[in-house]
Amino acid sequence: MSGDASDALHDPATTDIRGRRDQLRAEEGPPVVEALETYRLTVNGREREVEGAWIGESLLYVLRERLGLPGSKNACEQGECGSCSLMLDGVLVASCCVLAADAVGGDVRTVEGLSPEGELTDVQRAFVEQGAVQCGFCIPGMIVAMHDLLDRQPDADELALREAISGNLCRCTGYGRIFAAFHAVKEERARAST
Amino acid sequence: MPAPSLPSTFTRKRRAPGLGESVLRPDAPAKTKGQFAFSSDLWMDGMVWGATLRSPYPYARIRSLDTAPALAISGVHAVITNDDLWGSRTYGLEHHDQPVFADQVVRFHGEPVAAVAADHPEIARRAIAAIAVDFEVLDPVVDPEAAMTAAPIHPAGNLFRHLRVRFGDPEFQGEVVVEGDYEVGMQDQAFLGPESGLAVPSEDGGVELYVATQWLHVDRDQIAACLNLPREKVRLTLAGTGGAFGGREDLSVQIHACLLALVTRKPVKMVYSREESFFGHVHRHPARLWYRHHATREGKLVNVECRMVFDGGAYTSSSTAVISNASAFAPGPYFVHNAKVDGYAVRTNNPPCGAMRGFGAVQTSFAAEAQMDRLAAALGMDPVELRLRNALKQHDKLITGQVIIGTAPVAECILACRDLPMPEPPMADVPVMALPGGAGLTALHGDVRRGVGFAVGFKNLAFSEGFDDYATARVRLELGPGDEPVATVHTATAEVGQGFVTIAQQIARAELGVHEVVVQQADTRVGSAGSTSASRQTMMSGGAVQMACSAVREVLLERAALDLHLAPADMVLEEGELVTKDGEASVSLADALKAGPIEATREFHHAPTEPLDDNGQGNAHWSLAFAAHRAVVDVDPELGLVRVVQVATAQDIGKALNPLAVTGQIEGGIAQGVGLAVMEEIIVDQGKVKNPSFTDYLLPTALDMPAVAQTWIEQPERGAPYGAKGVGEPPTISSTGAVVAAIRQATGLPLTRVPVRPDDIALAQQAATGQA
Amino acid sequence: MKIAHPRTLDEAFEALQRMPGAQLLAGGTDFVVEVNFGHRRPPAVVGLRRVAELQGWRRDDGELVLGAALTFTEIETQLAGELPALAAAARTVGSPQMRNAGTLGGNLGTASPAGDSLPVLAAMDARVVLASQAGERTLPMTEFVTGVKKTAIQPREVIREVRVPRLRGPQQFLKVGTRNAMVISIACAALVVDLDGRSVRCGLGSVAPTPVRAAEAEAFIAGEIDWDGPHAAAGAVARFGELAAAAASPITDHRSTAEYRRRAVQVICTRALTRSLA
Repeated sequence: MSGDASDALHDPATTDIRGRRDQLRAEEGPPVVEALETYRLTVNGREREVEGAWIGESLLYVLRERLGLPGSKNACEQGECGSCSLMLDGVLVASCCVLAADAVGGDVRTVEGLSPEGELTDVQRAFVEQGAVQCGFCIPGMIVAMHDLLDRQPDADELALREAISGNLCRCTGYGRIFAAFHAVKEERARAST
Repeated sequence: MPAPSLPSTFTRKRRAPGLGESVLRPDAPAKTKGQFAFSSDLWMDGMVWGATLRSPYPYARIRSLDTAPALAISGVHAVITNDDLWGSRTYGLEHHDQPVFADQVVRFHGEPVAAVAADHPEIARRAIAAIAVDFEVLDPVVDPEAAMTAAPIHPAGNLFRHLRVRFGDPEFQGEVVVEGDYEVGMQDQAFLGPESGLAVPSEDGGVELYVATQWLHVDRDQIAACLNLPREKVRLTLAGTGGAFGGREDLSVQIHACLLALVTRKPVKMVYSREESFFGHVHRHPARLWYRHHATREGKLVNVECRMVFDGGAYTSSSTAVISNASAFAPGPYFVHNAKVDGYAVRTNNPPCGAMRGFGAVQTSFAAEAQMDRLAAALGMDPVELRLRNALKQHDKLITGQVIIGTAPVAECILACRDLPMPEPPMADVPVMALPGGAGLTALHGDVRRGVGFAVGFKNLAFSEGFDDYATARVRLELGPGDEPVATVHTATAEVGQGFVTIAQQIARAELGVHEVVVQQADTRVGSAGSTSASRQTMMSGGAVQMACSAVREVLLERAALDLHLAPADMVLEEGELVTKDGEASVSLADALKAGPIEATREFHHAPTEPLDDNGQGNAHWSLAFAAHRAVVDVDPELGLVRVVQVATAQDIGKALNPLAVTGQIEGGIAQGVGLAVMEEIIVDQGKVKNPSFTDYLLPTALDMPAVAQTWIEQPERGAPYGAKGVGEPPTISSTGAVVAAIRQATGLPLTRVPVRPDDIALAQQAATGQA
Repeated sequence: MKIAHPRTLDEAFEALQRMPGAQLLAGGTDFVVEVNFGHRRPPAVVGLRRVAELQGWRRDDGELVLGAALTFTEIETQLAGELPALAAAARTVGSPQMRNAGTLGGNLGTASPAGDSLPVLAAMDARVVLASQAGERTLPMTEFVTGVKKTAIQPREVIREVRVPRLRGPQQFLKVGTRNAMVISIACAALVVDLDGRSVRCGLGSVAPTPVRAAEAEAFIAGEIDWDGPHAAAGAVARFGELAAAAASPITDHRSTAEYRRRAVQVICTRALTRSLA
């Protein structure tokens, strides 16, 4: 971003955030919001400490606002859009429906963890090359869901794909180029394995 | 009206390199990695969270308002209401009639009453809940027809606009007459990225706002008025925007966030929940339309009468323009000598309505296309043939008296669409998941009927009725790292997902022959780009980028000519080299740039338009775009469930500057048309929104989306950069009508309302088969 | 500590004792959404998803014992053979993400009139086993779900498992929604044929405050079926559908009308029975 104040803006690309103050404790007096908890989460293979967080915070909120991982998106926060999808203990879930404090001991893998070295996965590359990205808000969740599908069902056909991503809403693309990205990855993986 | 003179490159080049290719989006890789910063991803040290208190009633007087309990909560930094405003208390796109905070009266369910700033969203939520408001509930005015004669619910009255079109002989009677009443429900843009932004107070008493929006400058101007600040002190930067479709044309968080930032002297982040989002932006106008079509026995349209009422809800937004478009295009893309249209946009206590992709043409297209099918049936004629017989073409007059100067390949669209391959007929062994009902496994093959429907639509591109919606671009060319030429394009164009950032790169590459093109973040430090709406940005901001590049190129040619002791007219820029026309000598771009960077800022204006007069006559529009749609649906008539199998389309696009992007826009627009046809509606009961969530406001999922077959008609539009027409809206205009026409064929039911509900089909079918 | 992660039921009871007012959390698909919306502010939470006794399923003689922590995905993929109607219902719950997290116990505990598993469990005369520090008690579905989002669960009680009879015969589950996926049911029906018991069980959802059995329809059709097929005359099947519709007491809300819901029940029950017969 250009502009003076933007220098102070958080760069979502960094995953190591210092200085995120616990903003739930008032300067003086008892905590405004009770039921605070300190816990550790394992996110993308790293241990992350969450200190004095309100127990009602979803995993989505904690990732986005405390751990500097805003890749998972907040389009509905009620499990109806899939934009917050990530893998928890190897299973695709909506992180807006997971209580962060309950994910303790679990293995959390977000979209940021798919390509830690910075290069794109084959699914991500296919999305780029097939024009499957417009505004991009549904994309992280869509990509996590598609990786999950291809891992579980490498031979999935288009109907299975449609069902597998029926929980990922897209408002821009009409899904057509997303289906195309899926077929492209399938073909590429099939070629690579022969 | 003569076409404006074009930059020299347009006439000279046959095809600019890079343009016309499926260049990939520059922002796509970051988006796939979750590293693209959307407006709700922003964060700043020391920031606080803003939240809004909204009215639970559609119409009520505020007897008293007590913010003290909220202020008493530790961690709350500010609570503001109408009483705290020091600048303009209202804002709006066309008329400034929308209160920043309700001033003694609330007029719609969800109207903002107060805003708070607190350390944590949960504290903000509790603060909102603690504000004590004593409402005197009033009877809401919810019927737009009644509202026209009811007591005003606002000092400016209940009629936003009555647009009257009288063309030819409005009383002309045809040999064959069909009439009907139609209704379109309230659709929502439902962009996925919630309304959000970050407002940061500046040292100079101003404010920096990072926000998702459609038009930075019009936002800025409204914000500045409300903050009582000069415009230069209100600086907007576009934050990553998760879709818009018209829903971000009006303000949402902007003024509230900036007010809180100035009051608390802290950065303020505001993010709407999905539920709040449904209250926080305008929706598509619900409408009731009556039409009477007159034709000769041979099927020539001779008169179209229309009376329609659009429910604009509590505040004006863009209602006056929406009803203007609806009225001007009321008959659809057909030539008719006579017309009588009365379009009303009305104020009620229903949720405010405004811009949504299609902007009035969607509602009229649904009704007008249903009428064309009725007419075809009355004439015993094929519905496609009837449309061909009456299709508009270049040089025809619209019912506004405007002669179509640009391209109008309506017949070509109809024929090309008709000829697209049909989907495979339904097989007995089709998986149940692919039948209507999907995962609910309700139907078997034998329970399903297939239907086919056709519809054609059109509307204007860019703004109308005399509005000069220009766009500005600044292009800078200089030597970058390694002495490679780098072009930087700076516009205020809101990239909401449509792909302008890609087009901007393509244009700069084509015009300057430079590979390295950086598209800067859009902000108000450059002139206005106009709105990302009306399918206009490729044409308008694209045109501005082209002009600015041309200006830069002129300087390059001058420098090269000076170098070679020639005249600039002796030189051309070809593939990154400044060469003499005889090819004998050349200067590299890098050499030409050694003298320093070259920068140019230009505005692109389309040909002027004029307002419509009292009879709705005038050259109100600049360019038009058309599309034909054919839909194939499978219907389970006993349950009324629908599966849209295929939507085929032929669209008038002028020139495809990026085929992949065009493909995606058309598919996305059709998805929204399908949504309106069968599932999307904001349910409002006595002014109250009943379904403000994705649980009950249903968007098409991957299992609902039909296959899309598309073909393009490319007749370059003179006066449009590279001949390209905007492509965003036409897919959404007549796709709805085509789907419903297909359902009508499958069920034999008239189906005069969208979205079509299972009840509409199943209960009629039940009555018809005598199984009540 | 405001949240407990018990690994056994005993640990769960101990946590509930220690933290009065603690809310039970399984998959989170109902509970956490309520928190997100500000409708619930838990003083404390007991997370159940690690509790050993709630996991998995097993056969126990003539019954299937389904752990309360079974997710809908697990039901969909592992019980398609044993409990086709329940597996079919599981497949329609929300989205894949919801199915991966949402649990049978959670569906029962929420007891929404539109809960997808409930009509199936009702049709199968399932029994809900509740556990607490004081011991266990078992309730039939009719006694467990008592009203709209109301159950017979007592404070500090946990749904441990659901016992479902192993019935031989075709099973169907049909769910009507306005979209082809991820939809709250407008009306749904579970049809379970018990060939050995010579009965047809029909459970309806979303058309009453609780799941209901179409008792009159069931009684009627049992007498009309030729159990050698099983066959039934088309007229009898049609009558079955009508009687099933009459067993519904649907409301009109923003999702649909009472009239449509009744019609939908008629249609899907007729179809479900038709598919179940030879």
